[in-house]
Order: sequence, then C-alpha cells, then structure tokens
Amino acid sequence: MSIDLSQFQQVFFEESFEGVETMESYLLELDSEDTEALHAIFRAAHSIKGGAGMFDFTTIVDFTHLVETLLDELRSDKRAVTPDLVTLLLQSSDCIKELLHLAQEEDNSTPEQVIATKQQLQALLSGKELSGKELPGEEPSGEALSGNDTSSESLAALEQNSEASTESQDNTPEGWLVTFAPHPEMLQTGNEPLHMLAALQDLGPTDITCNAELLPDWTEINGELCYLSWQIRLQSDVDRDEVEDIFSWVEDECDLTLEPLTEQSQTAPIEAEAGTEQHQSLPELEPEQQPAIQPALPSTPAQPDKSAPTEERRRSDRREKPDRRGTMDRRSGGEATSIRVGTDKIDTLINRVGELVITQSMLAQIGRLESLEGPETLQRLQQGLAQLERSTREIQEDVMQIRMLPISFVFNRFPRLVRDLQGKLGKKLELVISGEGTELDKTLMEKISDPLVHLVRNSIDHGIEMPEQRLEAGKNESGRVELVAYHQGGNIIIEINDDGKGLDADKILEKAREKGLVGEDEEPKLQEIYELIMQPGFSTADEVSDLSGRGVGMDVVRRNINELGGNIEIGSEPGKGSRFKITLPLTLAILDGQQVSLDDQVYIIPLVSIIESIQTPEEPVNAIAGKDPLYCFRGNYIPLISLRKVMGQPEATEQEQLIMIVEANGQQYGLIVDDLLGQQQFVIKSLEENYRKVEGVAGATILADGRVGLILDVVGILRLYRRINQRRARRGDNVIRLNAG
Amino acid sequence: MATILAVDDSPTLRQMVSMTLKDAGHTVVEAKNGQEGLSAAQRQGVDLVLTDINMPIMDGITLTQELRKLSNYRFTPILILTTESSTDMKQKGKAAGATGWLVKPFNPDKLLTTVKRVLG
Repeated sequence: MSIDLSQFQQVFFEESFEGVETMESYLLELDSEDTEALHAIFRAAHSIKGGAGMFDFTTIVDFTHLVETLLDELRSDKRAVTPDLVTLLLQSSDCIKELLHLAQEEDNSTPEQVIATKQQLQALLSGKELSGKELPGEEPSGEALSGNDTSSESLAALEQNSEASTESQDNTPEGWLVTFAPHPEMLQTGNEPLHMLAALQDLGPTDITCNAELLPDWTEINGELCYLSWQIRLQSDVDRDEVEDIFSWVEDECDLTLEPLTEQSQTAPIEAEAGTEQHQSLPELEPEQQPAIQPALPSTPAQPDKSAPTEERRRSDRREKPDRRGTMDRRSGGEATSIRVGTDKIDTLINRVGELVITQSMLAQIGRLESLEGPETLQRLQQGLAQLERSTREIQEDVMQIRMLPISFVFNRFPRLVRDLQGKLGKKLELVISGEGTELDKTLMEKISDPLVHLVRNSIDHGIEMPEQRLEAGKNESGRVELVAYHQGGNIIIEINDDGKGLDADKILEKAREKGLVGEDEEPKLQEIYELIMQPGFSTADEVSDLSGRGVGMDVVRRNINELGGNIEIGSEPGKGSRFKITLPLTLAILDGQQVSLDDQVYIIPLVSIIESIQTPEEPVNAIAGKDPLYCFRGNYIPLISLRKVMGQPEATEQEQLIMIVEANGQQYGLIVDDLLGQQQFVIKSLEENYRKVEGVAGATILADGRVGLILDVVGILRLYRRINQRRARRGDNVIRLNAG
Repeated sequence: MATILAVDDSPTLRQMVSMTLKDAGHTVVEAKNGQEGLSAAQRQGVDLVLTDINMPIMDGITLTQELRKLSNYRFTPILILTTESSTDMKQKGKAAGATGWLVKPFNPDKLLTTVKRVLG
C-alpha cells in the first residue's frame, strides 16, 4: 500500500514556519537560566527535523540535525549560552526558513548562506568534541549520519544502508534459523510473541516449531507470563538486520539466536536465485520484502501525478504578477493558499448558517402561500426579512473574522530586526511593541509587512542617534522605537514612533530644491516639508544603500499603503523624535463607504478618507483669478474640486451642492457633489480585472438596486484634477463656478 | 479494528498518523501532550498508544510510566515515536514500560507495518 504523503505537506510547512518563529522569539530572549525556553526551541527544531525527514527533505534534516545537536548540548548544560551562540542560532533559524521556502518551491539547491552556517555549526560542534566533553566513539556531527545503524534517523543514511545491504546480497544466505525464547515477563510490556512470528511469516515461508517444555501444570499457569519458546526456519533472502529488527524491541527480554540457513540453496536454488536477482535490480518495487529499507522515496517528495494540477496552478498564479510587486514578496503567492482558523470561529459560522437555513425555510413557507393578504402574513414576511438581514450581516462579520489574524504575526519579526540592526549600526535600541493582539485581514498583513520593515529601519537608521550623541542631548543612551497597533472606528492604526532626532526640515528642503521638487522661491510649511520625503524622486541611490539596501524609497512605502486603501501621516518634533501613523482598512474585501450622487449617477467615497461633509460653505469661497477656487476649512485654504468635472459629467443643473472634505496623502481638498446618500459597507469588485484601470476610480461595487457604483480613489482624483488644471492653465480657462447655496 | 491513541505535539505528525490509521480502518484519538494523552486514555479504552517523547507539559516517558500504573493499561502496547538514533531513548522508553518504538522519520507504510506487528 502506498499513501500519498504530499497531502500532509501543507501542515508540515505551516507548522515548521511557526516553529522557526518560535525558535526566533525564544532565542531573542534567551539566557542560560531559562531552561523552559531552551526546551521549547529544541522541541521546535526537533519537530521540523522529524517532519522534514518524513517528506525526504534531506537538506533540512541534515541542517536541523546540527542545530538540534547544539541545542541539546545547551539544554543539557554541556555548553553555555553566549551572545555569539545566540547569533549563530538565529542565523541557523534563518537558514531553516530559507530551506523550507526552497522545499516548498521544490528547489533542491543549498544556498551559500546555509553552507556557511552549516560549516560554522560543524566547526563549533567538532571543536567541542576535541575538548573531550563527549564520548569519543559517539556520532561526531550531523554529516556523519551514515554507517550500518538501522535506527539512524536520516533518510540519506537509510539510503546508504540500502545500498550497503544490496551489495552484501551476494553473500546472503537463503534463509535463517531463528530460535526465540522470550523471557517470562516479556508479555508485560505489551509485546506479543505471536505477532512477531506473524511478522516473520511476512518475510517469507516459515516452518515453526513451538517448545512447550517449560509450560507448568495448568493449575500453576500465570497468565501474565510467557512459558513458550520457538524455533523458526525462515526461507527468505532478507538480511540479518531485517530479521533482527522484528525482535529489536525485545532484545533485552528474550534469548534470540540467528543462524544462516545454507542448505536452503540446495533445496530451492532456482526460486532463491530469481528472488535475489529481482531484489537487486528493482529494490523499490518490492517494499513489502524490505520494510526497514523501504523509505527510498524519489527525491521529489510530492507524488507528481496527484499533486501536479495544484502545483501547476500555484505556479501560474505566481507567473501572472511577477513585476507588480517585484522581489519584495516573491513568496506570498505560495503562502496565501491556506490559513489556520480556530475551530471556534468555524463553529460560530456553522451556527449562523444553521440560522440562515431556518430563515430561508420560513420565507419559503410564506412564498408558498396563495396570497400575501392579511396583516399576519405581512408581519411574518417582515419578520423573516429582518431575520435574514441579521443573519446575513452576522455571517458577513464571521466570514471576515476568519481572515483576521493578530498583527503579532508581523510584529514578531521586529525584535529580530532591531537586534540585528543594533549590532550593525552600533546603536543601542529598545523596541516596545503594544497592541500586538489587534486583528487584521491576512492579505493586508502580508502586504503591510514590507512597508513596516522599511519604516522601522528608517527610524532606526535615520532617527535614532548614536549613544554618545544621545547622552549629550540629555536622552537615555538607548533609543526607543515603538510599534503600536489599535483599532479606531472601522480602521486599524499602526504607529511607528521613535525618540530620535526627528526629521531635519532644513536638510529635506535643501535636498528637495536640489531635486527640483520645490521651486527656489517656494516656502512650504513644516508639515509640507515632512511630506516631501514621500515624494517620488526624493530618495537617491546613495541614500538607499545606507538606508536599507532594499532599493525602496519612502514614496514606495506610501504607494503600497495607498494601494491597500490606507494612508500614512508623518509627525516630527526636532530633537524629540518622529511618528509615522498608518491608517488601514480592516480588510480589502469590504469597504465602508459614503454614497454620493451626481444627477442619477452614484459614487462611493471610502469613509477612511472623509473628514467632514459640509452642507453650505460657511466661509466664502475664494476664487482668485488665475488660481484654484479655494475654501477656508478650519483656517486652512484647501482646493475645491468638482467631481462632475473630474468625472467628465455634464455641467450641473441648478442643484444644491455639498462639499465633502477628504484627505489624500496628507493633503486635504473639498469634493463638490450633488447629494449625500446612505453610508454602508460595500463589497469591492476590481474594475481592473473586469474592465480596465480608470484613473480616479479604485474599484466598483454593486448597489442595492443592482446598478454598478464606482468607488472613488481620492488620491487619484487629486492627480486627475491637477492634470486637468495644467491643461486648463495652458488654455487660460481658470475658474470653476460654484453655486454656493 | 482498533482504537489507537496518538500523542504528539507536532500537528504534522498527528495528522499523518491519524489519517493513515483512519484510512486503514482504525479509530484514532489524538492528544497534544502526555497530560492530554493520559486523560484521553482514562476517559476511553484504547488498544494501542503511540507517543512522542519530547512534548511540553508531560513527556512520553512519563506518560508511559503513568499508563503502566493504571490497571487497564498494564499490558496495552505503547510505542514511543523517537528520532533519537542512540539507543538511549529506546532504553529509557523500555525501562518506563514501553512495548517498542518507531523511529522517526517513518512513512505511512512503515507505520502500518509496525502497528500491525503490535496488534496482529
């Protein structure tokens, strides 16, 4: 019988990645006193190795074995925990992660980093052996897993084993004479001699004699003791190890002798020879003949025919969008395929569906009625519909819940990052994380991770000063970086705060002038200067290398966040630190939106970007000749944009108009619309997938009446408006007429 | 067919063991550590126990010792699942009263052969 192992691989990968994370997080807090942490790290490595062995990932097995050996020495106090050792172990956990990723992609190569780390581990382990703390005869290190030990754990070893035994076939006798005399107490460990005899019979034809001489009188028999012994003639070409293997559990609890049967070759030479030949040429085809050696699986762990379609699909998914996200997350395509969900969430959902079914049957009953007359029927219908509405809403919430994961999944990587940077930059750092239990959508989580890394690196690299500078400035020697997550309204807020030197406005302005982002005569406000660092073209090549080496500027960070329907705000105080505040929707699938209308056309504005809606301008609208119409909103003059114009709809009839104050990339503007309709949640459908990308439109949704409503992209609208403005400026047409009510 | 208790802190292994044995017609009870395994065994009778050694809360050796103290588990086959190549763990297991062992990594076929050897 052969069972498809590939079905368990997904669980293995999930478990192993979690294991690596566990290793990492414990390693970061490791000191020698903490034996429980060491045990947990050891267990994680141990499980990864065990699982990897099952799927024939020999590289992972070999590597993890070394790590495990080292951890074992640590937990048994043969070696002390030192910072260098922790660094090596962290490096090793990176290697395991990398190897797991490679295994997931069925890539058998071994990256250089892994080879280097492996050598370091080996050197360390063998160095220790020279110091003579371990018995010299023991297995030296992971590489030396070979030999004839059947219980050896590596499949590589098993393979070598199988080669060795195949080679020795020539001298293998044609059978075995086994004498097996269990000690009387053998039954008490749950071993059953008859099962062992049955296992022997599986190896080939047997001739068994039972010796009952020691059997006492019936009255004296103790049912818990074994009085019998056996002599078995086994006709089989298996080697000694296999026969011994059957009795391996009880070698201390029985007297066992094994003698080769040579006369068998005379009695049945042809049969035996044929058997030998077949065995040599096709070892894998006869698994039942050699159970101990059998796991010589092909080197690709998945069984190709069965898993081929899914693999193919996954690969083609990856192929579809290679450029859009570049190398930043080449793995997310593969990872996004599954999610672990607590059973309680599923149970709630099943419960809700149960309720829905009841509502459905209730409504169906009404539908079967001859007429809907009578107040009672109507009441029941209304009741049913109300119930339906509630169930739908609840199911929607529950389904969204399934996709929600605590943000700690992302935050967990930061202690490591901070530790690494600390060593690299010679700065002292303290990382404070709060709100790690805040949940957000899994897809969002994957996409926000890289921008966050960038921001944190940025804060540490540019924000936090060197220890001596900090002391001079009267600050604590170690810089503090704070990661905070919390819910606010329907959004999730992530803040990255540091207590470093803050943004240097003069320097930014100087650089922006250099780059031509700001004209020589322009004097932007402080906040506008800060915003400049997120302008495309602000980052330069030389800065990128010293900043993060990832080739990503702050403009990309902002774009990524905007693409997720979120925005980022910058706050900074010279000498005191800076604050980056990211606002994200809870999910990408559903959007809280405000419906607005122009004539009979309905648009949706994401609630995240709305600051206020104003019925009638309280302050006069200033239309300075040659400039944009402006509106004074809380003391600031903001541009007014006519949605009608941007969307290319015909000029307004005499209608009351409203201003929606929205915010895009830190810039506020007013959007002029005809009317406000309801606020509700919308399921976002991609316009790009179903039609094509339209500037100023983030997506589409289906409205309650079945029509399509466009979801506006407030950033895109600002861009569109500026373009129209430029064109208009060239034409000399410069006033938007506003019918101020 | 038999009722088998599978105790391991690794979900991969539990799933593999459990699905393999279920496919072969056995009933499988899963437990994440020795403590859970012990209460599962006390709650319902099982014909065979497969247990990992290294587990949080209660390890496999302790589980074996505890099971052997219970009158209805005195002779029940207990197999320890071990990756240790040294005879050390096997000896410890045997000393605790285990029937035998199964060396990890093993594949489903090997698991079934071994289970068959214990249960007949």
